[in-house]
Amino acid sequence: MASVEKILSRRTFLRNTGGLVIGFGLADVSVLPRMIAQAVTPSGKVVTGNPVPDALTSWLHIEPSGIIRIFTGKTEIGMGVETALMQIVGEELDVALDQVVFVMGDTSKTPDQGGVGGSSSLAMGADPLRNAAAAARSLLLDMASQRLGVPVDQLEVSGGVVHVKGAPSQHVSYGELTKDVPLQGSLVVTGAGSAMSIKGRGKPKAVSSYKLVGQPVPRIDLPLKIAGKWEYVVDVRVPGMLHGRVIRPASVGANLLSIDDAPARSIRGYVKTVVINNFVGVVAENEWAAIKAMRAIKVNWSEPQQLFPEQAKIYDYMRQATPKASMEFLKVGNFEAGMQSATKKVEATYEFPFQSHGTMGPGCAVADVQPDGVTTVWCGTQKPHAMQIGIADLLKVARDKVRVIWTEDSGSYGRAGFEDAAGDAILLSRAVGKPVRVQWMRADMTRWGSKGPAVMVDMTAGLDQQGKVTAFRFTSRAFSGVETNFLPVMAGNFLGSQLAGIPNTNVRDEYAAWGHETAAYPFPNVIANGHVVAALYPNASPLRTTHLRDPEGPAATYATESFIDEMAAAAGMDPIAFRLSNLEDARTKAVIRAAAEKFGWDPRTSPKKKVANPEVVKGRGIAIGDRGGTRVATIVEVEVARKTGAVRVSRIVCAHDCGLIVNPSSLKGTIEANLIQSTSRSLMEEVMFDRNNVTSVDWLSYPVLRAANLPDKVEVVLLNHPEFPSTGAGEPSSRPMVAAICNAIFDATGARVRQGPFTPVRVKAAMASS
Amino acid sequence: MANIDLKVNGKSHTVDVDSDCPVLYVLRDNLELNNPRFGCGLAQCGACTVILDGDAVRSCVLPVSSVAGKEVTTLDGLGGGEKLHPVQQAFIDEQVFQCGYCLNGWVMSAKALLDKNPHPTDVDMEKAFRGLICRCGSHVGIYRAVRRAAGMKESV
Repeated sequence: MASVEKILSRRTFLRNTGGLVIGFGLADVSVLPRMIAQAVTPSGKVVTGNPVPDALTSWLHIEPSGIIRIFTGKTEIGMGVETALMQIVGEELDVALDQVVFVMGDTSKTPDQGGVGGSSSLAMGADPLRNAAAAARSLLLDMASQRLGVPVDQLEVSGGVVHVKGAPSQHVSYGELTKDVPLQGSLVVTGAGSAMSIKGRGKPKAVSSYKLVGQPVPRIDLPLKIAGKWEYVVDVRVPGMLHGRVIRPASVGANLLSIDDAPARSIRGYVKTVVINNFVGVVAENEWAAIKAMRAIKVNWSEPQQLFPEQAKIYDYMRQATPKASMEFLKVGNFEAGMQSATKKVEATYEFPFQSHGTMGPGCAVADVQPDGVTTVWCGTQKPHAMQIGIADLLKVARDKVRVIWTEDSGSYGRAGFEDAAGDAILLSRAVGKPVRVQWMRADMTRWGSKGPAVMVDMTAGLDQQGKVTAFRFTSRAFSGVETNFLPVMAGNFLGSQLAGIPNTNVRDEYAAWGHETAAYPFPNVIANGHVVAALYPNASPLRTTHLRDPEGPAATYATESFIDEMAAAAGMDPIAFRLSNLEDARTKAVIRAAAEKFGWDPRTSPKKKVANPEVVKGRGIAIGDRGGTRVATIVEVEVARKTGAVRVSRIVCAHDCGLIVNPSSLKGTIEANLIQSTSRSLMEEVMFDRNNVTSVDWLSYPVLRAANLPDKVEVVLLNHPEFPSTGAGEPSSRPMVAAICNAIFDATGARVRQGPFTPVRVKAAMASS
Repeated sequence: MANIDLKVNGKSHTVDVDSDCPVLYVLRDNLELNNPRFGCGLAQCGACTVILDGDAVRSCVLPVSSVAGKEVTTLDGLGGGEKLHPVQQAFIDEQVFQCGYCLNGWVMSAKALLDKNPHPTDVDMEKAFRGLICRCGSHVGIYRAVRRAAGMKESV
């Protein structure tokens, strides 16, 4: 049994711990949150600026003890990417994992790598780290060659110690080599942000020689988390820190008419009510006082304006709205001509609702805005460097006056709203001149956090007499995936600033697309296009949309992969046989076959023939997805209660090919979690709203999957392809689930449920009309 | 305001707080114990779970006055402060959780369940975990860990 002490001794080597970093000249304020105030006050000197990516010292530093500190703009959002990146760096340097310490997402200490997102941390974000480590190894071997007096090709490295081949007593450690002469080197930088690549001296190792990459090493963070010794952003405590809470408008677009904070003033610990236009917050000495004050303040808002359409008519609204923007994603051949040669026409529309990130922890951040504008923010944002720019814009100070220290929060799954909590903390800290910690209440996240957009897709296809596809059309209508830019680079990006009167100036649009990433069947005569529906309300809307895990992917794939199933049924073919006959990509076919084999798929047409009239009917369905090169095939088995329409997913099999697997153990954990979370999104997640506000405010009004809804069995088949680069795994296995469940319900019942989530009411209605 | 005596992880404390203040904020803000975490403030998710006289309870809705004189245990006190509790070890061995923000609820509820029922069925677990949320979806691993802690190989 590991003692807590043993686990804690590892803490010395972990992220966000340790002492000053020599050679950086920077106070290591990310180290221990409680030390921060000493580091930034009273001198007011805060570390500012951003490390330059073309210097090796910006990426890597070797301490005399031999500990290697790696500085990365990537962050850990709960999927184990830190451990995987450590394996990649450890591999290149031939050091053990406990010799590597990561500093992540601190704008003053880590190069801007675009933050995390798009399942790209390993696919793209590992490149600079791998190359920096390879460059360091090359320099270190040169230094060792001089020190030991033998050529480099006679040296080998193990555990951070260079020794002479065949003469292990002749050795020198990395720590000794760099004790007096810090490791320095210049790097060639190409690209920027998440696409940044660097090259230095020394080539990375050949994949065939990997020893550490590919191993199922335990995640570095889990023992401390489970031991109760981890510090999340909610645990950051800065001396002198006050606590803030916010009060949001009573309805969308409401204006503040008057406020009475007299009842709050008598609460012991009350500090200040902050009102900026429609932004209302309160600051107190402790959390409970802040909550009581928040509840005591009486705010008089203007009358509701019925600015939202009726939820029951949201898809009619989307269809009728004049698109804000339109785009053609894919065009092959001539769709109309293809339809003319068809003997069978298949048509369907699929609809998928607004969904909430509903993070486990509502937004939380600590901000310390000093009178001269020098600002430090602790936040669990996925995009710390972008947020540094947005905060500078909000405070009207130079970027290098702002430091964002990423600190782990609960899983964000996109731009959940942690940034908005930071915006609130900044406004409140500026108003009181002290560091302020804001934590949202549950409704602040569920009602007021940004949302994944509602999506609807019209599908049309033609089939000939042999069941061959002659034409295929995809037309999406969706709210933009970036009404709120996932990169918080502008003052107007934050909910608090919008309430304070700073408009959202983001001009980008994002579509529910098909043809770029979704498994693209090489059909003839294809047309895929999409329309963006304008925001329901331009600023500070509780239905503002942004990135939610695999943005628009589950919804677009719900449409395409369920429709493929409809086409298979129309062609009288087994759903897997139909897919295989229409696909060319060998890796996609391989995941389908692997999943089918594991599941024990019996080829036949859907729906399953009824043999009796049981209360509960079973069925199975498949769907596939391709995101960023990662191929996924998911097969689910469902049980549908015919009387109630209640659906239970009883079994899930997922075959997953993301190229070279870095850590099969943590990969499996991330895929399993994707499968469960996407089952939740498929079966029950739907943001509810009335004409004036979002009415999903907590876990009762926005239910997610609980223990009672668990599948009996979840099986993951990993297909390792060391010959291909690692692609992502954070999102791809979330992609096919909605469609797979829809297809299984059809197999069980003969009813096609074309609107998600698959609540008993919808399933029952679909069964009644089928 | 009142002086309230609390016993947390075996240590006695006297705190000067409002008697209606939930235990969660007393533990976090007065005693700087991080482990119960705020998730909903409504007893709907379990992120704030502590063990009170053997039961896993939601500290976010429990007034501090109601725990005076009782024994409160937080996650980092589960193994007595020096050792990991076997339930914690089982979760580590199974490499459970993604972000881990919710884990107070799961690990503490598992511990309380196993104390009363050393070989729980899946239905027993479902009952014990009814009030918990894991937004990341780590449930599969959670069940594996509970079975491991109970010395069970298969689900029953």
